[in-house]
Order: sequence, then C-alpha cells, then structure tokens
Amino acid sequence: MTLLLSAWTIGLILSLLALGVYISYRVFKFADITADGSITFGAAVAASMLTHGRHPLAASGAAFVAGVLAGTCTGILHTRFKINQLLSGILVMTALYSINLHVMGSSNLPLLSATTLATYAQDLGRWISGHDSATLMGWPVSARDLGSLLLAAAIVMVIAAILWLFFNTNLGSAMRASGDNEQMIRALGVSVENMIIIGLAISNGLVAFAGALLAQYQGFADVQMGIGMIVWGLASVIIGRALIGSDSVGAALTGTILGSVLFRLIIALALRWGLNPNDLKLVTALFVFGALVLPAALQKVRRHAAAS
Amino acid sequence: MLQLRELQKTFFAGTPNEVRALRGVSLQIEEGSFVTVIGTNGSGKSTLLNAVAGSFLVDGGAIAIAGRDVTRWPEHRRAAMIGRVFQNPFSGTAPAMTVAENLALAARRGLGRGLGSLLPARLQNELRDRVVTLNMKLETRMHNPIGTLSGGQRQALTLLMATWRRPELLLLDEHTAALDPKSADQIVRLTERIVSQHRLTTLMVTHSMQQAATLGDRIVMMNQGIVLADYAGTLRRHVRAEDLVRRFDEIRRDEQLDASAAEMLRENYV
Repeated sequence: MTLLLSAWTIGLILSLLALGVYISYRVFKFADITADGSITFGAAVAASMLTHGRHPLAASGAAFVAGVLAGTCTGILHTRFKINQLLSGILVMTALYSINLHVMGSSNLPLLSATTLATYAQDLGRWISGHDSATLMGWPVSARDLGSLLLAAAIVMVIAAILWLFFNTNLGSAMRASGDNEQMIRALGVSVENMIIIGLAISNGLVAFAGALLAQYQGFADVQMGIGMIVWGLASVIIGRALIGSDSVGAALTGTILGSVLFRLIIALALRWGLNPNDLKLVTALFVFGALVLPAALQKVRRHAAAS
Repeated sequence: MLQLRELQKTFFAGTPNEVRALRGVSLQIEEGSFVTVIGTNGSGKSTLLNAVAGSFLVDGGAIAIAGRDVTRWPEHRRAAMIGRVFQNPFSGTAPAMTVAENLALAARRGLGRGLGSLLPARLQNELRDRVVTLNMKLETRMHNPIGTLSGGQRQALTLLMATWRRPELLLLDEHTAALDPKSADQIVRLTERIVSQHRLTTLMVTHSMQQAATLGDRIVMMNQGIVLADYAGTLRRHVRAEDLVRRFDEIRRDEQLDASAAEMLRENYV
C-alpha cells in the first residue's frame, strides 16, 4: 500500500512536469529538452533555500521563477537567434548543469533537517487521521504518506484549474492558435515569437516547480535527477492523449495528469515484478518510441485490411 | 491609402534558383477602391500581396498604408491594419479550435491580448448574430472544431474574421481558387457584399479573368515582376474578360517569340 501511495504521489508531482511538457510539446509542437535541466534547477533552488531556513512556499515559488527564466532563455535562443528548437533546449539544459552545481554547492543536497512542504504534509496527515498512522481502505499507511498524497493532489488540481482558465483567456488562446496555425495568428496580429517565449517560460516554470516538490517529497535534490525527464513527460502526455481522445483544453489537461499517474503506477508495478531499475529509462524510451510510431503503423495496417 | 514605390524582391539571390519576383512595382490605391491583380503563374502577383502583408521584407522600395511607412514593420504589426484571406482555405483558421474561438481571436486583431476571457457572453451573442448573416447554418456549429468544416465554410468564416474589425486594407489571395465552383461562387458574392457594405479598400489577386472583369473598379495586370497594364476609370468600365485573355495571349506569343529568337541566334552565332 505504501508503494501504491508513493506511486500516486510521485505521479501527481510529476504531472506538473507533464503539464509543462504538454504546453511545449502539444501546444507548440516544440520538443523542449530544457525540461531535463529545469526540473533539477527547480529542485536545486528550492533545496538550497530550504537548507538556509527559508519558508517552503517561498522556496517553491522561487523554483517556479527559476524555471521561467530557463524557459525564457530557450525561447529567446530559438526565436531571436534562430537556433533550432532542439539545440536551443540542449544549450540551456547543458548550461543549467553547471548552474545547478553552483546553486547546490555539491552534487547532492539532503533536506533531512529542513522544514519542507513534506513537513506540512505530515501535519496534514496527522490532523486528518488523528495520529501517526492511518488506515486507507483497510491498509495501514503513515500520516506523512497520506498527507503528501492529499497535498500533491490539491496542488495539482489548483494548478490545472489555473492553466485551464489561462488557456481560455485572450493571451492563452492566442498561444494555442500559435501552435495550431502560425500563419493565421500572425495575420491576426500576434507575434508567434513572443507566444513561444511566454509558453516555454510557463512550461519550464511548471517543470521546475515539479522539481521543487519532488525534492521536498523525497528529501533531497540531486544534480542527476533530471536525466530523461522530458521523455517521462512525453510518455505521460501521450498516454493522456490515448486515454482521452479529445483536443479540448480541459480534456487534454485532465488526460495529461491521469497519464502521468497511470504511467507511474505501471512503472511501480513493473519494478515490483522484477524490472531492473537500471533498465527504467530504456523501457521508457522504448515506450515513447512505440507510442509515437504505433498509431501510424496501425492506420497503415487498417488501410491495407480495408483495401484487400 | 496604399502606396507602393519601386518594390524589389529577389528570392534565392546568388543561387542558380534565383528568382526576381518583383522588379520595381509601383502602385497607388485610393481609399475605398477595389483592385484586382491578374497575371500568369510566376508573374509576381502573390509575391506583391505577401510583400504588402509583410510575409517577408522587400529588398528595395517603400510601402505605406494609410499614410504610415510600414516597409520595415514585421507581419504581425501590420496585421493591425490589414485583413487577409489566403488561397488555401485551411490557412486562415486554427483547425483544432472551435468556430467561436477562431472568430473571437479575430475580434481582437491588432488589439492587445491580456488575461480577459476570450469568449465573454456578450461577445458570444455578437458572434452568433454575425455568423447568421452568412446564411450557411454555421450558427449551430459554433462550438465544433473549425477543422471539421468544409473548405467553403472555412473560407467564408475567414472572410468574416478578416473583416470583423474594419481593416484599412483587405488582401485576398486567390481566395476562391481552391474551392469547388459552387462554393467559389458563394464566396465571391460574400466578398462583394462585405466589401461594399464596409466600403473596404481591397486588393484581390485572382487567376480568373472572369472574376477580374466582373469584380472591383480597377484591374492591374502583372508579368515577370512588373506592372504591365493598369485598367482604371473609363478604361476599366469597357474592359471585358475576352480583352484580358487576348492581352495575355499576346504576352505569351511575345515571350515564345523571344525564346525562339534567342534560340535561333544561339544556333547561328554561338
């Protein structure tokens, strides 16, 4: 049960990463690898502030701002300096590696003695269950795990609601249109370049915020924690798309969150059944590969079947 | 209203594929006039329209709209003054977004886009009222993705979007060429109605001599990146589609003559 609970919690925390990837990949068709660097950047900024005794909310907010800056850099490299999408992301991601080491002061920063959002989550769990352990559907769970799950769920719901509102404003809609039909929205007076910069800023802000939450949940920040995270986000977005086959904003946001949680649950089960943790990234990459080529391949097969 | 002075544009300069698309085009268009631009493929007529819209910056010359020099303005900034309909009916609308959303985006052409709601109730009513005037029963499909509509329907909506806020200048780039004859006819009639209703200054590129002869009050004929003929006033009133076709045949004959003469000279003297 503890395993399941932690899979849910991590799935929810990383759904913020997935929402960030949704903005870059689905809204703008921009494969933004900056995410690998900005999730660590968020974790590093938050961890460093927490160990200096700052308030967890301030630390998490600062992580968001740090991500916004990283995304803005990628956006400017791509739109103002005309550097290829992927290369812009790679440059910023690589630069962030050094910056993260500077921010943390070492390659790993434990948060054991700091007051973090996880501390609050534990208080929340205790307040709900009345003592240090609770029962969930007949299973004993710790107050900390229960509180973390509830807190993560609440944060994700609030952020998803804000995103939904945002994408229905004039600015948010212009952003969606920029990804959908560049020529059209230009002719309606919108600078697609500015939309990309703002979009990547928000996207990486969310990713960095996810990093801050993840660091507080697992109790440390590590300079390596971002490796392969973009693929993780892509997998969540793709599963979400398959779960809810609609293009409306609400459906896409919900699908992305569900996709992230489902993907984490699948991973937890696979690990439980003996998948070597070292193979995790390989399996994830294969999964995304399959999800990218399968739809087209299936369509081809179906067309062949229809033709014969 | 629109002043073009000595516009020059060369694509792929310095390569074997070099194309001198505009070779000094000057044109002056009065407020409220409806000008059709005709020409063969590669005559530079679409390039001219794109130069005005700002799809690229010209190599030389100047463009002024409503007295303002916009030569160096980027496309999205010029869009505050320009309404535009493309040849491809899919170019003018965002397919994954709904009919209402597309129209609402157009309702803010040239205005700032902040955190206000895209579709406040008041605007939704106005959208429906204006869509009803198209007589295409699209008011029942306001919340469908616009990508599910036909090319003709999308082009009618694009026209509505381009003129939602009165543009200083309306640019139509062969906007009926990709449609079936019935839809094309519908769009032509809609164009006439909207242009006369709002007294819009319009520049329309067309490949159809018939359209050129029946629509608008002035015809500009282009060939090889220059303005070859300009029919305005009385001259325009007397010109018929056949006259335009004959003129084109003459050009084609001259060009073939040139080509064969050059060939003969080469054979004899080189």
